[in-house]
Amino acid sequence: MTLFLVAIAILVFSGLAAIFFANRSRIATALGAGGALVGCVLGLEPSFRGLFRASAESLQLPWHVPGGAFHVQLDALSAFFLIPIFVLAALAAVYGGEYLLAYRDTKTLAPQWFFFNLFVASMALVVVARNVVLFLVSWEVMSVSAFFLVTFEHEKRDVRVAGWIYLVATHLGAAFLLAMFLLLGRQAHSLDFDDFAAVASHLTPASAGLIFVLALFGFGAKAGFVPLHVWLPEAHPAAPSHVSALMSGVMIKIGIYGVLRTMMFLGKPAAWWGPVLVIIGLTGGVLGVSLAVFQRDLKRALAYSSIENVGLIMLALGVGVWGITSGHPTVAILGLAGGLLHIWNHSLMKGLMFLSAGSVLHGTGTKDLERLGGLMKRMPRTGVAMTLGALAIAAVPPLNGFVSEWLIYMAMLRGGLEFTGVSRTALLLAVGVLALIGGLASICFVRLIGIVLLGESRSSEARHAHESSGWMTAPLGVLAVFCVVAGMFPRALVSIFSQTVEQVFGISAGDFTATLNSPQSPLAILGMLNVIVWSALILGALILLVLHKNSRAVADATWGCGYVAPTTRMQYTGQSFAELMVTRLFPKSLRPKTSIVAPQGLFPSDGKLATEYPDPLSCGVYQPFFERWAERFAQLRWVQQGKLHYYLLYFVVVLVVALAWVVFRGWVMP
Amino acid sequence: MSHIIVHIVLILGLPPLLLGVIGKTKALFAGRVGPPLFQAYYDLAKLFRKGSVFSTTTTWVFRAGPIVGLVTALLAGMLVPLGNHSAPVSFSGDLILFAYLFALGRFFTASAALDTGSAFEGMGAAREVTFSCLAEPALFFGFLVLAKLSGSLSLTGMLDGPFPKGWGVAGASLVLVAASLFIVLLVENSRIPFDDPNTHLELTMIHEVMVLDHSGPSLGMILYGASVKLFVMGALLMRIVAPFESGNAWVDWGLFVAGMLALAMVIGVVESVMARFRLVFVPTFLVAACLLSAFGIVLLLR
Repeated sequence: MTLFLVAIAILVFSGLAAIFFANRSRIATALGAGGALVGCVLGLEPSFRGLFRASAESLQLPWHVPGGAFHVQLDALSAFFLIPIFVLAALAAVYGGEYLLAYRDTKTLAPQWFFFNLFVASMALVVVARNVVLFLVSWEVMSVSAFFLVTFEHEKRDVRVAGWIYLVATHLGAAFLLAMFLLLGRQAHSLDFDDFAAVASHLTPASAGLIFVLALFGFGAKAGFVPLHVWLPEAHPAAPSHVSALMSGVMIKIGIYGVLRTMMFLGKPAAWWGPVLVIIGLTGGVLGVSLAVFQRDLKRALAYSSIENVGLIMLALGVGVWGITSGHPTVAILGLAGGLLHIWNHSLMKGLMFLSAGSVLHGTGTKDLERLGGLMKRMPRTGVAMTLGALAIAAVPPLNGFVSEWLIYMAMLRGGLEFTGVSRTALLLAVGVLALIGGLASICFVRLIGIVLLGESRSSEARHAHESSGWMTAPLGVLAVFCVVAGMFPRALVSIFSQTVEQVFGISAGDFTATLNSPQSPLAILGMLNVIVWSALILGALILLVLHKNSRAVADATWGCGYVAPTTRMQYTGQSFAELMVTRLFPKSLRPKTSIVAPQGLFPSDGKLATEYPDPLSCGVYQPFFERWAERFAQLRWVQQGKLHYYLLYFVVVLVVALAWVVFRGWVMP
Repeated sequence: MSHIIVHIVLILGLPPLLLGVIGKTKALFAGRVGPPLFQAYYDLAKLFRKGSVFSTTTTWVFRAGPIVGLVTALLAGMLVPLGNHSAPVSFSGDLILFAYLFALGRFFTASAALDTGSAFEGMGAAREVTFSCLAEPALFFGFLVLAKLSGSLSLTGMLDGPFPKGWGVAGASLVLVAASLFIVLLVENSRIPFDDPNTHLELTMIHEVMVLDHSGPSLGMILYGASVKLFVMGALLMRIVAPFESGNAWVDWGLFVAGMLALAMVIGVVESVMARFRLVFVPTFLVAACLLSAFGIVLLLR
């Protein structure tokens, strides 16, 4: 615990120290990134110990805040989320140091490092906090520091808009959390997490259900559950890439942490929770990947893919909870293992993808798919890392994404065999939906790889791209290696989650590991087969090399079907690649909005074609809603007079009312 | 052990023969003599000896495409039972690996096509991934029916247990599944009426157009890989449609080979008597295939 607190202190104070070097970018970077790296590495050690320990380590200090206490505890669930936070943050800090230096002539980097380190520290504090006040304070610091990180390039209008949408969404979520904690606190007569768990048995099903739903809204806004996902596709592309990696890789997972922690307070899950989580998961999965298929902005496509993957995680956890409530431990264990493994896997592979996208942006200056292309030659290291990341997210063997997807499939198939009645049919049909999600993800990532890295460059930026330096490509390499290795040893990886599962869901660690090694779910064989797939691929490559060696190879231009003046503009573009799927199969509301002004007349005037990619929910639902309410609230404008003495008057009025309330209470209930 | 060797030999050796049988059948319908039965073997032998041309646009992904396609098809072949002989590798959940191995192959063949920077190949890649995405649920629904019938989640267990008596228990579901798997087979292997393996003209370009720029050993690997894929998916289908067992293990091998050749003839007949569908109807048929096998599940659970 001491080491953990030291790590947090290093993070906070190195960030503070960086502030003092506002006009010395290199020193600020060294202090900020160095402090983050040291803090994260130190924090990893207690986190790993926490993962294996059955009894949690805790620390309680008095705090002069009403209802608050500095109560932190490092249990297996906290440790499970701390590890990805520290691993990814350390890599993002190394990467970010180099990434941000490109801006050093135009921007002050010190605040960025202050908020980065604060962001990491607050995420770590959120998962160990055991007091409502401490939790909410850390939560708020996390949200607000992320806001400042996102709005780094605040001179751009769309960045400001993105930051604003994020801030509104995260505070709407926080409002639900406040309501949820008030409800819990009233039941337990305390604001300490330990007391919450103690009253679980006294909760009526209705109030437990209400708390669960509030948690889904409050934490779901952070995790990006559909329909609360609208801030992700705005904020992720706007933020600097190492920040996007951290937000997408770990911050949205903190929302999932919140849901799991709340379930620990509420005791035995009710029968409808599992199906609700499954529905949330399937909607998120289908909608996220459908929108990811046609995005033109590389990072925006990745943001939608994050919504899909959070959907997959919730689907898996939902099947797990469903298995618990319906008394099918095998289904439960497979689902929970799949969900938890996918949380870690997604941190690795989405971190990898966002950092690679950042490297592309760094090397070319654009993240517009239609201006990229042919980067595999100019940025070979980034190219290979990104390809591995895409294979992992597309969930193909032999990488780690496939293993977690395999577990999710297995949970659903087992459920389909073991369940009875309507739930069986529902689960079996959901398998088809999962297969569709897999197919769409494969279109999405073939497209990203094919359009960004392969073929001919589509613009001069891409033609003059340069590979990023070792500071940026080394973190990519580390994450890519993790993705490969995690695919080879899934059994070892999953078995370290056993304490977490025991603590949250009450499934004994022994049962957990035994089920995952049984012939019904041979995780070890799957890992071995991934190794075999790798070796077969390498063997095949060697055979092809020998065949080519014996024959003559000529280099020539791509065959142009006899056309002698091909240009790069004749290539398939990102838009045309997705066209068949989008126009033939998607409902109109999901498609991008295209406006055409066709040339007309004998001497045609200029034509125009514009395509926009708005989020269907934010432009179809939220925007009209907020616009209507904004009009109504505009009538309250007179309150804001912009003169100091009016505001002082407001203070006085509030003070008088508060005093009157105190007097009145003392008078009525002595 | 000897059966495993036979399995491997068949997976490695027999697939090109199916192409020959299909070609002969089509020639028969057209009143031609047609190429010899073993033409595909001659083609492969020639291609593996030839030199190749690599586009200057391409990178290692272009060279990796054919080899990944072939290796994944062969590995998938190790998971599928041939006739009533179990597969060499079989474990609970191998059906997911089976489906996703093809996804890996597709990822690389489509990426290799995009690597050439050619508009035609981009078009082929886009169509291939789109159609396969729709074929995936149909395949999984088909597997679900078999899993439900047998209570097993491995391909060998699924195809061993309930046959041939499964037909008595759930004949209707199996007919639907077989029909949907046949559609998936034709789409995934670029056969008429969904695609035409003989042309890479714009109208029919799905699979063939993706491989326009490959030559020499690479093209050989693609041709070979495609035939292995046809063989593997065909073996799956034939086990459902014709679950004949003689009692003697070696006679069963003979039955299996005869079944595969019969399947090749059926494909040849379909290719001869049907015209290719318009491209826009392909998704419709795939959705229909999904619905067929989904309906198969519903029939089974009622």
